[in-house]
Amino acid sequence: MAEKVLMKGNEAIAEAAIRAGCMHYFGYPITPQTEIAAYMAKRMPKIGGVFLQAESEIAAINMVYGVAGTGLRVMTSSSSPGVSLKGEGISYLAGSDLPALIVNVQRGGPGLGGIQPSQSDYFQATRGGGHGDYHLIVMAPASVQEMADMTAKCFDLSDKYRVPAMILADGTLGQMMEPVVLPEPTDYKPNKPWAVTGTECKRKHNIINSLYLKPEQLEQTNFERYERYKAIEENEPLWEEFMMEDAEVCVAAFGIAARVSKNAIMAARAEGIKVGMIRPITLWPFPKKPFKAAADKCKAFISVELSMGQMIEDVQLATECKRPVTLCNRTGGMIPSPEEVLEAIKKAAGGNK
Amino acid sequence: MAKVTFDADLCKGCGLCVDACPKGILQIAKDKINKKGHSPAEMTDESKCIGCAFCATMCPDCVITVER
Amino acid sequence: MAVVFQKPKSLTDAPLHYCPGCTHGIIHRLVAEAIDELQIEGKTIGVAPVGCAVMAYDYFACDMVEAAHGRAPAVATGLKRALPENIIFTYQGDGDLASIGMAETVHAATRNENITVIFVNNAIYGMTGGQMAPTSLPGQVTQTSPYGRDTATVGFPIRVSEMLATLDGPEFIQRVAVNNVKNVNAAKKAIKKAFQNQIEGKGFSLIEVVSSCPTNWGMTPKKALEWVEEKMIPYYPLGVYKDRSANKEEK
Repeated sequence: MAEKVLMKGNEAIAEAAIRAGCMHYFGYPITPQTEIAAYMAKRMPKIGGVFLQAESEIAAINMVYGVAGTGLRVMTSSSSPGVSLKGEGISYLAGSDLPALIVNVQRGGPGLGGIQPSQSDYFQATRGGGHGDYHLIVMAPASVQEMADMTAKCFDLSDKYRVPAMILADGTLGQMMEPVVLPEPTDYKPNKPWAVTGTECKRKHNIINSLYLKPEQLEQTNFERYERYKAIEENEPLWEEFMMEDAEVCVAAFGIAARVSKNAIMAARAEGIKVGMIRPITLWPFPKKPFKAAADKCKAFISVELSMGQMIEDVQLATECKRPVTLCNRTGGMIPSPEEVLEAIKKAAGGNK
Repeated sequence: MAKVTFDADLCKGCGLCVDACPKGILQIAKDKINKKGHSPAEMTDESKCIGCAFCATMCPDCVITVER
Repeated sequence: MAVVFQKPKSLTDAPLHYCPGCTHGIIHRLVAEAIDELQIEGKTIGVAPVGCAVMAYDYFACDMVEAAHGRAPAVATGLKRALPENIIFTYQGDGDLASIGMAETVHAATRNENITVIFVNNAIYGMTGGQMAPTSLPGQVTQTSPYGRDTATVGFPIRVSEMLATLDGPEFIQRVAVNNVKNVNAAKKAIKKAFQNQIEGKGFSLIEVVSSCPTNWGMTPKKALEWVEEKMIPYYPLGVYKDRSANKEEK
């Protein structure tokens, strides 16, 4: 056991999903996540699972909706423009309280954008992304190992709370090869009394639905769902703290940006600058607690992002704007270099004395 | 010998059964109003009914049960 | 005396919300009768559309899923792939199936997805108050074609059955109508066959039901059924457009 294998991030997600008991995958080709579909196409027929290349992202997410209604584990994956198309179906999944996994291996945008890595779907992922009052559970891996681990975790949380989950990765992580210990296979058997499986004429019919024509009823349904969101916000935030014990400057970064930032932090430490990092692992729920605590001891924050600055708003909210938060970013498929991040750290460390 | 019963409160008075009846023994009751506010269909002469169920076949609201 | 006609048991007791004389009620009943006669209620899962039949999930006694507008064939694909032993049907209108959901329809058909599709064609968007549908007739006056459907600017109606029949994939395509007793009985037979095909694993079966919309056509229920006979059926001829198994037997 615990054998390490060398895998691409995208493939690690696919294999981890199968091991978590996901036997149904629906997708549509788009760069840079195609390895997930290719892996599923190869594996699923051999193990009695279903791989189906849908006619569109919209069809794919609605196939997911169908399987999710039966209570079985199911997933789709795509990249930014494709996830926009899935937005409708994701909103219906949320509105019908269906568990499912959506993987977004982000590329630059807006529009057709580019095919290089990006983190510019942060708003879309953490605010819901489609229409209506809802959230997804969003996890941001920073290594191939986490791609695998979070896949299993997302399925578990999604089932537990009946909230769809998303892995928000990026093109770099998807394509990157690293050694990974794959999770042990689980024999997943759904126990979901609400699922549509046929009444066998023994119970009242189950209905998977997000339509409530009476506003009182819709409001009540949303209230109930937000109670679950509250529980998620209390119980499920995950983060990593790196060299935060004595930090005076706090870097906030997730995913690939956190890996770059770690190098910059080491370099800054070598120069005697007391800097650390809080890496959100769940983006929703956002780990507010460590940021709030850090606001009392750090004098400045830097949000390092592959976007025009999206997570920075959550950092400002979590620190209650007690300290300045600057942005160190590249966008459109560009990645900030450790030198650029180091420069930002130096500025933050010196600028506020 | 046939018996036709109407679940009058389900009737919306559309009249499709009236047009379908080959014996011309159905009508929309002009002097009655059901729970929904519609004038329901009714039979005028049961003795002429042949139990063909054409009325029930055309009824969109499952108002009619036919026995024969 | 024996009961020769009563409400099928795979319909719930919920009163239908459809307008007086709307033939959705007849088509619901035909679907339920087919389910009853084939004794498949316990393993059937229906998919409701967006449109007038959006609340079909309250009317059918089997398990039901409400789909996004036009996506029912994709949702049904997911259901069928997850539960191949169950019987999956969709119930969709013309806007849902032939406009916003045309891609899902065509691809489910070409995959020969083993599902049953009930397609209600009444040449108008009913739920939203009578706008032009992909199947509205040339010259037909609707809320969004107030001067009549002008084929020069908005194109021609889509004959879904004929179009799908050009594909190699689908098992069975038939167009029926519910404007009189004879046609209703024929429609019943077709719908039952579409379910029987699925039970036998034959594949995608679509029944297009030419239907009426008295409210949005601005006609009495009786007049609307006459309009089906005089205008709709000539443009949308009834018949079997594809029956792969039958053709195989002939050969």
